This record gives sequence, structure tokens and C-alpha cells, in this order.
Amino acid sequence: MTPSSSAASAGSRARKRGRPAWQALARMGLGKEVLVPALTLAVIVGLWELLVRAFQVPEFLLPAPSRIWADTVAMGPVVATHTLATMRTVLIGFAVSIAISLPLAVLITYSRFFEAAVYPLLILTQSIPKVAVAPILVVIFGANELPRVIVTFLVAFFPLVIAMSAGLLAVPKELLELARSCKASRMQEFYRIRLPYSVPFLMSGLKVAITLSVVGAVVGEFVAAEQGLGYLITSSTAFFRTPVAFGAMFILSILGIVLFQLVVIAEKVFFPWAIPDQKAQ
Amino acid sequence: MIRLSNVDLTYGQATEQATLALHDVNLDIRKNEILTIVGASGCGKSTLLRLIAGLLLPTRGEVLVNGQPVREPRRDTGIVFQAPTLVPWATILDNVLLPQRIVGRVSLELRERAQRLLRTAGLGEFTDRLPRQLSGGMQQRAAICRALVHNPDILLMDEPFGALDALTRETMTLELMRIWAEEPKTIVFVTHSITEAVLLGDRVVVMSPRPGVVREIVQVGLPRPRRFKMEADPEFVRCAERVRELIFTQEEHA
Repeated sequence: MTPSSSAASAGSRARKRGRPAWQALARMGLGKEVLVPALTLAVIVGLWELLVRAFQVPEFLLPAPSRIWADTVAMGPVVATHTLATMRTVLIGFAVSIAISLPLAVLITYSRFFEAAVYPLLILTQSIPKVAVAPILVVIFGANELPRVIVTFLVAFFPLVIAMSAGLLAVPKELLELARSCKASRMQEFYRIRLPYSVPFLMSGLKVAITLSVVGAVVGEFVAAEQGLGYLITSSTAFFRTPVAFGAMFILSILGIVLFQLVVIAEKVFFPWAIPDQKAQ
Repeated sequence: MIRLSNVDLTYGQATEQATLALHDVNLDIRKNEILTIVGASGCGKSTLLRLIAGLLLPTRGEVLVNGQPVREPRRDTGIVFQAPTLVPWATILDNVLLPQRIVGRVSLELRERAQRLLRTAGLGEFTDRLPRQLSGGMQQRAAICRALVHNPDILLMDEPFGALDALTRETMTLELMRIWAEEPKTIVFVTHSITEAVLLGDRVVVMSPRPGVVREIVQVGLPRPRRFKMEADPEFVRCAERVRELIFTQEEHA
């Protein structure tokens, strides 16, 4: 019996005897994962509030958490519109990244010529700071959603290409020999072996890409936008409405976490076999 | 049944670093014989196996199966590698059926055969599990079932028990011989272990490296079924000694 399973059974025993629920939670390891960080966060926020009030820090420099909350809630509908706009850019950019990266990865791994032709260009796109590209794209495409989606794509697609090609190449040579020995065509080898084999790699690529998509969308919004949380931050700070800027920043981080978790859930639902399982060890 | 005549295999023939992996190999493998191959690393044992499977083609000479030259991978062979190489997304049963599924034909009959094979391999209760939920020995058993599912005439095994612990290894050796007794086939078995080679083989091919050549073929005159206690038999000792001698004197020759 592993230590964790014995701890879990001890936890269920504790609940049966009617001990406080938090004790059972703590024994199941939730204490370390949820309670401790939540408590740490609460302490930090409390200290922040206290210090800002004690030293009477000007609001436009560092607003108190209570003020951030109040101002952001007061602007509720406006903030919601901006959040939706950002989410739209993030999701479209993410979808475009997937749609382009996966076929690109397949071409790179299957064709030496294509690899030689395209790979250096990919590296080049990565060496260009995306913040520098954004204004140029705005000039070319105008101040609409397109340049923002392109910036999001540019920031997010590269890790996907790398992860996917690594996955396609990670298939053990023996498995490919097995496919050859039953006379599988290249298509059959691809669909039955290489593609499923790359799924765990693809999933970790998607986790990186969704996080980067949020970064990309905000970069795009900083440069030229009339809506979105990035725009909300630049416009609020321009008028020294710092609490709203802080609020937008926190919403962005929550957005990032939620989208990341959606990828994690999708992985659990569709590819449970791809998740490393500690209990099986 | 399988005949290799004057076979050479050179890797990277067109390049400057062409290496001769096998040189002038002549071998006659009889139907339903267990032929074991031993030799130091780099003597071309695995290459030989891949030639018989049709995964590699000889650069000189000929490989014949049932009188027909081997020019492409053959379906009537089963291959077992050192690592189980099961696919992580499929259950044990689906892994056993994988080669057939790749080419898109899984009949009910085949499914039943797979289930029967898994039961005989002691995996009857685990057909719905994922590979990672099974031990290394169990995974390798599933891999052997996978190689046997289409009832091939030829079973090629590339150090199949090399990654297992010593005890599992002995069990698996006995199990393989039991399977072979029930469903006789031609088995070519590559190993590093002299004991394994002598105990399993009707004949033991001793190879030496750089380039890979057949040094000698040792005939093992032990009755079947073979048992581990035969290791004390004078014939076993003679064969093992001879194989050892051949392997460890070849360095002086080189």
C-alpha cells in the first residue's frame, strides 16, 4: 500500500467518525494543494490592504484591494464587454494557431525538403519581438481584430509546432517496424500510430499555447484596440484610474487560469491515458 | 524453410562510413525449429532478424522463405522486441489486435483468438487494462500475444526477455516453450544469455562481431520438453561451454 492510499483510507475513516471535514480534507492532501496557497493569498491581500491604509498610499500609485474590487464591480458591464472581447481574440488566435501548427508539424516531420525550407523561417519568426511586429501589422491591416489575432497566433503557434513535431518523431522505431511488417500504408501508419502517439506532446503544447495566447492578445490590444482588457489597462492608466487597471490585470490572470484548466479538463476527458498516473507507479 | 545464402548487409552503402554489419552469412532454418542466436553486441544479430522479416534487404546474397526470395516485409512473421512497445492509448486486448487494426481487419474470430492467447498468457483478467497498469513482464507477455495473434509461421524474437528480471525471465522461457509445443512454429530467438540460448534452442548460432559472421552452429542434443534442471545435464554443460569458448576466444582472433 502506498503512503497516499493509506492516507486516503485514514481520511475516510475520519469522516465516518464525524471529525471536522477540513481534517479529512487535509489528510487527503487537499490541505497542501488548496488550503495552504489560499491562506497565503489571503494573508498577502490582507497585508496589502493594511499597509496601503496605514501609510495612506495614493490610490493612483497602489490602490487597496477593497478599492480595486469596488471600482471594478462598479464598472461591471463595461469590464464584462472588454473581457469578452479579449476572450474572443484569445480563442480565435488559439484556434488559428492549432489549425496552422498541426499541419505544419506534419509537413516538417514528413518532408526533409519542407523542414529545410521552413524551419529556419520559424526560428526567425521567434527571434522577432512580437511587440515590435504589432504596430506594423496595424498599419498593414488597420486597427481591427485581424492584427490582434495575428499577434496572438505569432506568440502562441511556435511551441505547438515544436511539441507536435516532437510527438510525431517520438514513436519508437520498433513500433514503426511493426507497422511495416503488417504492410501498413503511410496513411495507416500516420493515423494509427504517429498521430495518437503525439497526443501527450500535443496536449502539453496546447497548455503552453493557451497561456501564450492570452499574452499575445493583450500585446495586440496594447498597440491598437478600442476594446479588450489590454485596452482597458492602457486607457485606465492614462487617466490614473489605477484600481480599474489592477482589476483588469486580475481578470486577465483568472482568464488565463480558466482557459488553461479547460485544456487540462479536455485532456482528462478525451485522453485520460495521456496523463502520467502516479498511483500506477 | 528459411535459407540465407551468402548474405551481406552493409549499412549506409552509398556513404563514406559504410559499415559491413553482416558478412557471408549462410544459414538454413528448418520448419518448426527453435534457432537461437548469441553473440557480443554489434555482431549483427538483430540485423539478421530484420533480414528474415523483410524489414531490411540484403546488399548481397539472398534470403529465401519457403523457396521464395524475401523482397518486402512479410505478413506471416511475428516480431517481439526487447521492449514491449505497446501503445499507451489502447487496452491490452486492442494492443494485441493492433497490427490487424492498423491495416483495418479485425474479425470476431481474431478477437476470440486474441482473448484466448491472453488467457493462456495469464492475462485473461487484464484485457481491458491499459499497458501502464501492468508490470514489465505482463506487458512483454502481451507483446508476445500480439506477435502470435495472426498465427504466423515464423516468430522472430529480438532479446525478448532482456529487459526482464531473472525470475520473470525463467518463467517466460518456460512459457514460450509451452506455447511452441502447443502451436509449433519456426522461432528465431536472439539473446545475450548463453543459458537461455542453449536451453531454448535446437541449435545455437554463435556470431562474432565486426563484421558480423556466423562463427559456428552448436547442435543441442537435449530432449524436449526442456526443463531448467537440465542445466546440470552433461550435454547442456558441453553446449554452454562450447558457446562460451566460441564467444570469448573470438577477440583473440580479431
